Amino acid sequence: MIPEIGHFALILALCVAVVQGILPIYGAAVGNSALMAVAKPAARGQFLLVLTAFGCLAYAFADRDFSVLYVAATSNSQLPLHYRLAAIWGAHEGSLLLWTLILTIWMFAVTLFSAHLPESTRSRILGVMGLVSIGFLLFMLTVSNPFERLIPAAAEGRDLNPLLQDPGMVIHPPMLYMGYVGFSVAFAFAIAALLGGNLDAAWARWSRPWTTVAWCFLTVGIAMGSGWAYYELGWGGWWFWDPVENASFMPWLAGTALVHSLAVTDKRGGFKVWTVLLAIMAFSLSLLGTFLVRSGVLTSVHAFATDPKRGMFILVFLAIVIGGSLALYAWRAPRVGLGGSFASVSREGMLLANNVLLVAAMGSVLLGTLYPLFLDALDLGKISVGPPYFDSVFVPLMAPAIFLMGIGPLAQWKKASVPDLAKRLRWAFGVSVVTAITLPIVMGNWTPLLSLGLLLAIWILTTGVVSLRERLAHVAGNNLMERLASVPRSYWGMQVAHCGIAVFIVGVTMVKGFETEKDVRMNVGETATIGDYMFRFDGAQDVVGPNYTAARGSFAVSRDGRETTLLYPEKRRYTAQNQIMTEAAIDPGLLRDLYVSLGEPLDDGAWSVRLYHKPFVDWIWGGCFIMAFGGVIAISDRRYRIAWRRQEPAVPAPTRAARRKVA
Amino acid sequence: MKPRHKRFAFIGLGLVVVVVATWLVMNALKSNLSLFHTPTEVANGDVPKGRPFRIGGMVEDGSLKREGDGLTVHFVVTDTAKRVPVTYKGILPDLFKEGKGAVAQGQLAPDGTFVASEVLAKHDENYMPPEAAAAMAKAKASGAQQQSKSLVVPEGRKDSL
Repeated sequence: MIPEIGHFALILALCVAVVQGILPIYGAAVGNSALMAVAKPAARGQFLLVLTAFGCLAYAFADRDFSVLYVAATSNSQLPLHYRLAAIWGAHEGSLLLWTLILTIWMFAVTLFSAHLPESTRSRILGVMGLVSIGFLLFMLTVSNPFERLIPAAAEGRDLNPLLQDPGMVIHPPMLYMGYVGFSVAFAFAIAALLGGNLDAAWARWSRPWTTVAWCFLTVGIAMGSGWAYYELGWGGWWFWDPVENASFMPWLAGTALVHSLAVTDKRGGFKVWTVLLAIMAFSLSLLGTFLVRSGVLTSVHAFATDPKRGMFILVFLAIVIGGSLALYAWRAPRVGLGGSFASVSREGMLLANNVLLVAAMGSVLLGTLYPLFLDALDLGKISVGPPYFDSVFVPLMAPAIFLMGIGPLAQWKKASVPDLAKRLRWAFGVSVVTAITLPIVMGNWTPLLSLGLLLAIWILTTGVVSLRERLAHVAGNNLMERLASVPRSYWGMQVAHCGIAVFIVGVTMVKGFETEKDVRMNVGETATIGDYMFRFDGAQDVVGPNYTAARGSFAVSRDGRETTLLYPEKRRYTAQNQIMTEAAIDPGLLRDLYVSLGEPLDDGAWSVRLYHKPFVDWIWGGCFIMAFGGVIAISDRRYRIAWRRQEPAVPAPTRAARRKVA
Repeated sequence: MKPRHKRFAFIGLGLVVVVVATWLVMNALKSNLSLFHTPTEVANGDVPKGRPFRIGGMVEDGSLKREGDGLTVHFVVTDTAKRVPVTYKGILPDLFKEGKGAVAQGQLAPDGTFVASEVLAKHDENYMPPEAAAAMAKAKASGAQQQSKSLVVPEGRKDSL
């Protein structure tokens, strides 16, 4: 009964979405405020309906209702409750429902924080989001229904993939989707602006905080995914350039470009056409990412052939969204105009270069991800594009972008002078180069890449300091604290986010340069040394978990004879599907991680063991979180708060008046 | 500079980036693509010499041997038509089992042994990497298949856990 309610709620949500997608946009086109006024209640109603459906599916999982096919396929009666709930987004159907739920959450947020927008703009935005929602609801209802019944009911579920039975996996997908779908707001703003023909600076100002929020979520989501791969896959890597990872990274690159390009449109009125294109691109890549990961094409392109209806739907939907918005763009964009002019050496110029490089990097990732799929689909042979491809393309493209990142914030808008910039950045450059060359030598391992990485990281930090000092000289205030406080938060946000990049680069560079790894056979009582640490293997014991049995090894780690920590890696067997899983044990630290994972049992209680010493690895994720935190600071800037607070009471009154007039 | 010239300058800059990016991509693709070959192709000698590539197929039952160091392993990858002996030093992925699909990256040694630098585990509930499945299907299609009974899989040795 409950699943049917959920199914029914989805059908109703589709009806509401159709209304929301058509009436307000039409109303905005003909200037009918009664029709435009439909947008807000429709969006809220749709949110409630999809929430109901989601709740019903959650109930089915909590209740172990194995008469629902999706529940039986992804959970098991032995599975603890929190993982049963996380199993909602453990496979295709449920993740689409989560996607749609998050889309309606964003819609709901737009209805809450859009009082300062003109009614026609708001109704167009909600209308466009409604149209996107139609696509997803139709997809679920026609070919991918999470509420499909399994009759007769299964006695027991197939269980969630053990890899996903992890706290990181409980929060990673919702975070990622908040980011993916958040770009739908930026997309809807762009399409609304194209439809309305008013691509002015105000559009960018409204769109900016939304884009930043989405970008923050996406950053955190990707970082969590990477962290999960690090400790859960048992291979000690943090990024594999796997298509699944690339699928989330491409929207991030486009979104990062968008955040910067929006800044120019907002402050200077430039880049308008480009910004719109980026907004379309970021969302299209989010859609592509969602489908790439969840449609099964990556496991095999022939997954489309096994379920051709799904494949066709996805292709048609992508074609309509991407093709439609690009067609609208081609039709409307030429009328927008180019915005203010600027010299090639100027802040605009640098941001443009940053954008071009980010998009080029995105393109190379896209190519490396899709090329093997195309070849395979056309039966031209099977190839794989490995991490070396991405490394060798990505580093040369990102290095200049990061170099410019240090200069950009110091350059004047419109026109900057090279000698002046060089003078202001003299010591920052000197310090960076000297440290980058000497530091690796001091640490005893000089490689060009190590120096390059440190150079870029220190460059970001030193130029940040220069920029902050100049900024402080220009603001009013009696003492340092007062002056610090009067620097706007958007500026702090930018600096913090850029520092996050520096921290991230330090992490990547140090791990690449100094990590040590060892595969060894260890007898009970035997020791192995890695880095400065000595690992002693004290044997393995059998333990029993809620839905698995495991061999748990115990390792005593010591440094210079002093005990550092005890580590307990496990080799688990999940009973439902007889799957083996390696559960690594990690001793995290600010300056290094110690990482142990069990290989296979050998004779006499010995095991093959993999040991890692990973310096600074946690800085990689730390850097990502700092970036996202920078974004949060930026959106707490005064002008957004004022815009929301001041305008809220002022706008509804005339709207109501207009509505009455029509009535 | 006139605005028109400036626009040309920007377009020129964009083109330079595109050209550089394309060059990087082509270069990287050329040296980092790894082609996939089936055991039959390896046996027929249709594989690149002195260059890494990937092979895939079924890990033959009972073929897994471990050397005294506990890390060096020997096994045979087959597409049911032809067999290729593989050597690998390191820890095998969790999903590696006799009788299941596997993909290995490495080079062919002069004695015909495939020296793997990496054994790949696709985290797929079917335990069958798509390349391996394709290799088997291809061999089957060419009608050279006799020992398909070995596809019925007993549990691997890890099950003694």
